[in-house]
Amino acid sequence: MAKAEYQRDQLNQAGLDMLALCISQLEKAKESFVNHDSDLAEEVLNNENRVNALDLKIEKDCEKFIALFNPVAIDLRFIMAILKINSDLERIADHAYGISKYVVDVDKKIPEHLFKVLEFEKMFETLSSMFENITVAYETKDVKSARKVFKKDKILDTINSNSFKTIEIEIMKDNSIINEALILFSVVKKLERVGDLIKNVAEEIIFYIDAEVIKHQRKK
Amino acid sequence: MKKLIDKKMTLDKIIDPTLKKVPKIEVKDAKVWYGDFNAIKGIDMEIKSNTVTSFIGPSGCGKSTFLRLFNRMNDYIDGFKVEGKIKINGNNIYSKKVNIEVLRKEIGMVFQKPNPFPKSIFENVAYGLKIQGIKDKKFLNDRVEKALKQADLWNEVKDNLKKSALSLSGGQQQRLCIARALAVEPSIILMDEPTSALDPISTAKIEDLIFELKEKYTIVIVTHNMQQASRISDYTAFFYLGELIEFDKTKKIFTNPEKQQTENYITGRFG
Repeated sequence: MAKAEYQRDQLNQAGLDMLALCISQLEKAKESFVNHDSDLAEEVLNNENRVNALDLKIEKDCEKFIALFNPVAIDLRFIMAILKINSDLERIADHAYGISKYVVDVDKKIPEHLFKVLEFEKMFETLSSMFENITVAYETKDVKSARKVFKKDKILDTINSNSFKTIEIEIMKDNSIINEALILFSVVKKLERVGDLIKNVAEEIIFYIDAEVIKHQRKK
Repeated sequence: MKKLIDKKMTLDKIIDPTLKKVPKIEVKDAKVWYGDFNAIKGIDMEIKSNTVTSFIGPSGCGKSTFLRLFNRMNDYIDGFKVEGKIKINGNNIYSKKVNIEVLRKEIGMVFQKPNPFPKSIFENVAYGLKIQGIKDKKFLNDRVEKALKQADLWNEVKDNLKKSALSLSGGQQQRLCIARALAVEPSIILMDEPTSALDPISTAKIEDLIFELKEKYTIVIVTHNMQQASRISDYTAFFYLGELIEFDKTKKIFTNPEKQQTENYITGRFG
């Protein structure tokens, strides 16, 4: 195997590791948040260092690859995609960190009925399915799988846009839950942002494989 | 001495700069043989005026042979045979009426290894003009200065024009050869790996020069340096086994080529 090919495979694997790590961070953050499990939340906070280290390693390896191998065509698109995907994944992990931080900082558990009315599980199931799509797309260069996330992201957008009214109603019903309701509201916003970031990752995978730039186009 | 320019034989249209509508170089179904070996297997290509076009491809793919078709440099190779149409400004340069010396005045060439004559810097640049019979000293001085300035060598040699060209560095010698080609005011410059024997600084100077010369000349360059092709050319042609695999804007070739073979070559996966 040529040196460039070897380095490229290494970077590809590092990208996959980052994806797996960030998915795991978000899943643990969700579990800790729903169950108010501060031990698990602490684990997420501690793992943030691993995410940051991997983020820096990928950035450095990309810089090295560009400097040493002058990539063009598919190799150049690969490096550009990896750089952006890495940054998107790192921000997803930041959201996981933010969610876990609530669990550590706030004593009270979020009332269960709030999760139901805000369709929290549906939101998370959608995110899990989107993660699965981009993992398959990344691993097998399957553009079709990447494209599936765009439709799913709309489910998250709808839940998010309904959340304000829903929270308002719940607070009006019982104003002793204001604090918890607002925390949950902010977590819903974070999950909606995670959906957008997964969408960005899908766009980068499509750019890498098909050389097609779809960023900013689908909004029209 | 036989006068090299036979005015009756000149291809007026070749040196007519007003003919902008037709491609500068137009090749239709070009085939080349060296004896039984089919080096070029039917290539079509159009090269526009004032552009830089790079030919890339592995050794033996036919890119240099194809380049040398444009100034009939292959004519003297044993067993050389050409078919198809190669037109400069719409005129078939393989027509029997063509005066090859006139053709080569119109199409300058720079080679891989700098090849200055063992003469002074001035004599090297003035050589082409002198063999055309030009004796007017002022004219020669002006033209030599202009060519050396165009080749970005004037400031380095202006006080030593009588110095032997062989005393110059490799990079300077190559720029001198470019100046020599420019002195007879061609409209096309062919370059066959012009920087492969040069260090990075000299290479950068030649590349800057190519970019500047594009304004007045049409430049076709054979290069093994992929980054050079991507840096300096407007169009890139990828050759493989005597065929033109892909010819497109350089931007397209180096970001998203149409053909898998091109991608494999430019990313170093084969060749």
